[in-house]
Amino acid sequence: MVTLSERQIARYNLFKPALRNVPMKHVSVAGKLVTLLLSAAFLVACSGSSTKEDEEAAAAAAAAAAAAKAAQEAAAAASASSASASAADAETQRLMETAAAYGNVFYFAYDSSNLTPEAITALDAHIAALNTNNNSVRLEGHTDERGTREYNLALGERRSNTVRDYMILNGITAYRIESISYGEERPIAYGSGETNWAQNRRVELVVVSN
Amino acid sequence: MKTLAVALLNMCLLLAVMNARADLTIEITKGMDNPTAIAVVPFAWQGGGAAPEDVAQVIESDMLRSGQFAPVARTDMLGLPSTQAEVFYRDWRALDTEYLLIGKASPQPNKGMRLDYELFDVLRQTRVFSGFESGPASDARMLAHRVADKIYGHLTGVRGAFATRLLYVSVVRGGAGNKDYYRLTMSDSDGARPIVLLESREPLLAPAWAPDALQIAYVSFETGRPAIFRQDLATGKREQLTNFKGLNSAPAWSPDGKTMAMVLSKDGNPDIYLMDLATRQLTNITRNYAIETEPAWMPDGKALLFTSDRGGKPQIYRYELATGATKRITFEGTYNARARVAQDGRNVVLVHQKEGSFNIALLDLVTNRLQILTATQLDESPSIAPNGSMVLYATKSGDRGILAAVSVDGGAKFRLPSREGDVREPAWSPYLSAK
Repeated sequence: MVTLSERQIARYNLFKPALRNVPMKHVSVAGKLVTLLLSAAFLVACSGSSTKEDEEAAAAAAAAAAAAKAAQEAAAAASASSASASAADAETQRLMETAAAYGNVFYFAYDSSNLTPEAITALDAHIAALNTNNNSVRLEGHTDERGTREYNLALGERRSNTVRDYMILNGITAYRIESISYGEERPIAYGSGETNWAQNRRVELVVVSN
Repeated sequence: MKTLAVALLNMCLLLAVMNARADLTIEITKGMDNPTAIAVVPFAWQGGGAAPEDVAQVIESDMLRSGQFAPVARTDMLGLPSTQAEVFYRDWRALDTEYLLIGKASPQPNKGMRLDYELFDVLRQTRVFSGFESGPASDARMLAHRVADKIYGHLTGVRGAFATRLLYVSVVRGGAGNKDYYRLTMSDSDGARPIVLLESREPLLAPAWAPDALQIAYVSFETGRPAIFRQDLATGKREQLTNFKGLNSAPAWSPDGKTMAMVLSKDGNPDIYLMDLATRQLTNITRNYAIETEPAWMPDGKALLFTSDRGGKPQIYRYELATGATKRITFEGTYNARARVAQDGRNVVLVHQKEGSFNIALLDLVTNRLQILTATQLDESPSIAPNGSMVLYATKSGDRGILAAVSVDGGAKFRLPSREGDVREPAWSPYLSAK
């Protein structure tokens, strides 16, 4: 774990000038836990003040809380880390489970390829797991149906590349990542309207075991 | 290896000829204000038994779809002449018929067919035009479209584009947990005689015609990544043209057939490239951090139009091949994309966004006037007929993709709903013959 953190810190410092729009990346699992708890609390607060999106916010908060709990367990395991190989395996397993708890779909705002805070939190969990194994990932960018198909292919690529670049900045080597765009060709929801469109503007992370 | 096996499993290649009647049906939604009344009398069949094809019906539907003609109903016809001697002008004047088309269909040796036709001006009481078309009997519908082309050309002064074909992509949804089926289909210009050229579990898109109408190009994800393929229509032989990292899309054949414009993002972001099809040499013609996509050739082959968001929002730009000069040509609205140029080099059809609605618009390159042609919500993929008269495009009806068409003056409209699945990305073929 110590080695890992140092490597991450080194990466962070190396790429710091380039980070610009990317929110600060927390380098330790403990630091991440704080972020998780804060974002969970933030989401809970949101659900309290909003009337329209109660259901969604509550669901998101529940998911965040569950993920935070999983992260906490992972962190607890990390603090009790041992030098033995089996413990390292268990750690990898835990980080992967934490990442899985966040899901592998990151959503985007309309006509945007910027990562949302929720996407960053989830991505960080995936990055933490990927830093302990040698899996590859395939990032599949998607858009909603508005606009032309070819332009949407390009937008989908912008989204998957944004995720790719964030992963590279945070220590995942480029050759482990494949970025593909499906544009609007692979919708999750077929209907029109924002409810459907929001589900389709996404990047899906597919883990490829090596 | 595992990936390859999966790709092969996922790819269900079907080069079979499916002769189902028609996946697409036609619904006329709007005709022109003062259509010309024309009576297309059922052609007399000179062979034994029943006529293999109602060719007059094919011709009549073509005239109706153009929006410029109002066919006289068969049930109103007082007689069914097939020779000049049988024509009684007063019968047709009584029906306010302006033009009368009669003809005969005759079987020919070696499974051939010949259509003889005569066109009459009812008011002037004269025969204005006559001719014949011949070919294989199995191509009777195409012969009928050729007759319609001649009649349309004679009456409007514009060459008809009925004897042409369409390419389109249809998608049959897989349902819960199953992947969709993507099909690339070729049909006659009226949607009849569909032939499935390719079927895949992975997306197919961007079908494009070679200028000789003998080959097509498209993008297929069958390898797990987008790649440009070309396919010979007569033999079904396919060839993968690109296999670059990132986007490989938007193939567009140059008017001389030697070069293919395409979009590749191998160097980081989508740019327009030209591929010399003989040498496979690539030339990058846009180098920009923006999205550059949707190349379309001017008919003289000297310039390309493309979509770029270098100014923040997608707009159409024009690139001159000789000088490399690039200039923006759309200024109205915040979203103008996917231009296609008519053969006259003047009319450009594109996707224009206004108040959240995506519509097909016509841009006149001489007057710079932009005219919105459609009134639905999510209109895209305009493709213009080789004679410049009609624009075929994709739109949505409910949550289904359908094809629709509008005349370039906005006066005539029809829809081609599909019997099954979503239909999208129509590509109207060039003329199939030189004359």
